[in-house]
Amino acid sequence: MPRIFDPHIHMTSRTTDDYEAMYAAGVRAVVEPAFWLGQPRTSPESFYDYFDGLLGWEPHRAAQFGIQHFCTIALNPKEANDPRCLPVLDELDRYLAKDRVVAVGEIGYDSMTPEEDEALARQLQLAIEHELPALVHTPHRDKATGTRRTLDVVRESGIAPELVVLDHLNELTVGMVLDSGCWAGFSIYPKTKMSEDRMVEILREHGTERVLVNSAADWGRSDPLKTRKTADAMLAAGFDDDDVDKVLWRNPVAFYGQSGRLELEDPKPDEAATFQGNSIRRGGA
Amino acid sequence: MAVTTASPPDPRTALDPTAHAWLDESTTKVAAKPAALRRLFPAARRRCGHGRLTEHWTVDEAARAVLLIALPLRGQPLADEVTLLHRHGDPAEQRAILRTLPLLDLGDLALPLVRETLRGNDTTLIEAALGPYAAAHLADAEYRQAVLKCVFCEIPLDRVSGLDSRADRELARMLADFAHERIVAGRAVPPDIRPLVLAFPDVIGGRAELQHALKEEG
Ligand SMILES: [Zn+2]
Repeated sequence: MPRIFDPHIHMTSRTTDDYEAMYAAGVRAVVEPAFWLGQPRTSPESFYDYFDGLLGWEPHRAAQFGIQHFCTIALNPKEANDPRCLPVLDELDRYLAKDRVVAVGEIGYDSMTPEEDEALARQLQLAIEHELPALVHTPHRDKATGTRRTLDVVRESGIAPELVVLDHLNELTVGMVLDSGCWAGFSIYPKTKMSEDRMVEILREHGTERVLVNSAADWGRSDPLKTRKTADAMLAAGFDDDDVDKVLWRNPVAFYGQSGRLELEDPKPDEAATFQGNSIRRGGA
Repeated sequence: MAVTTASPPDPRTALDPTAHAWLDESTTKVAAKPAALRRLFPAARRRCGHGRLTEHWTVDEAARAVLLIALPLRGQPLADEVTLLHRHGDPAEQRAILRTLPLLDLGDLALPLVRETLRGNDTTLIEAALGPYAAAHLADAEYRQAVLKCVFCEIPLDRVSGLDSRADRELARMLADFAHERIVAGRAVPPDIRPLVLAFPDVIGGRAELQHALKEEG
């Protein structure tokens, strides 16, 4: 069975059934980027409670199912447009210093507003200061233009391109991202974004270097097993076990390993562990 | 200096030269500029390691204690800084802060952190909160509730500071009633409550089964 590292998944929105199924499919490590919740937050404090969950409760939940959980922290592009949320930028310094934070993210563009410009540039500087990689979301609307503009901002920031992944790419944006020296991220979704078969074609054409494949599973229609399904599709298309291991394990380890904080141990499911008194495995004591 | 009484165990004995130098430099920075702690405090665990140092302290907790003690603050300004570190801290940082409270010149200003922890259910944090600081500052009713909570959460009572002087008849009564409930439910009575109840034998009253359960050995 392949070992799998999902470099982008929002476990906060997922159930313990998902954790069980992911473990059974070979997932042993995940990175959960800070993003928006599907409905707006209206104060910075909501972000801090969310960040605390990404650093405390969620790694604990994951560990009980044999999965290591790390996170990325940022003010996401959508909410960078809300003046009520902007004070979060001033507190990021504290959170970017935490042990389990392996990148700044998700940052990037949603609607390409001046506010988003400002938040993106500022958070790329924070990545440089904290010597962290950056996870950059590319916009769903006007993707090619948005990706080009993102690459310009990355270049102007001075951050090393190998420390940056541009995510949610497709056939039309992968070329310019790989040419820039940045990493190329692909979110495999049931309907939108990218399918596992299209992903296999992209790997055939562009190779397996600097490529990350994720499920980006969240509160919307999505599938936390898309990483494994992509591995299976690769094998069916003639890639070998080593290619699969590179794309679905060694690449994300290499990318987030640049943080110096990716402490990959070998967690074992722990029936007895409790956090804040809640054993996740209910039905016991 | 933020220190009042005892010191933490010295983490430097467990540090390699690089970590040792980092801790010394960081201590100097914090002493010169308290705000420097906001970045250095979270980094301490990966810089210094997190192995066990003594029975009650890990290396990261002791290193973080050294950094907190270096704060050139006392009283309210110290409490404000510590409260913010706690509010934005991950679980390992919060544990270190709670363990260090008795070593800081805070009076009772950090009691809200102890109370918040006691409302939660993370046993590692509760244990860290119930050191000498809580023993010195919690009101009687709060202290008794904290001990009872430990019994419920199965935190060994030898981890709770101050029982020798603070365990009173009312606590003994609460624990005796708790034991009685357990017996009626057919469940085991934790052995470490026995000495606390038996110090006030009258709280057992005429309850023979309770008497029996608390007196039996092992
Ligand atoms: Zn996402």
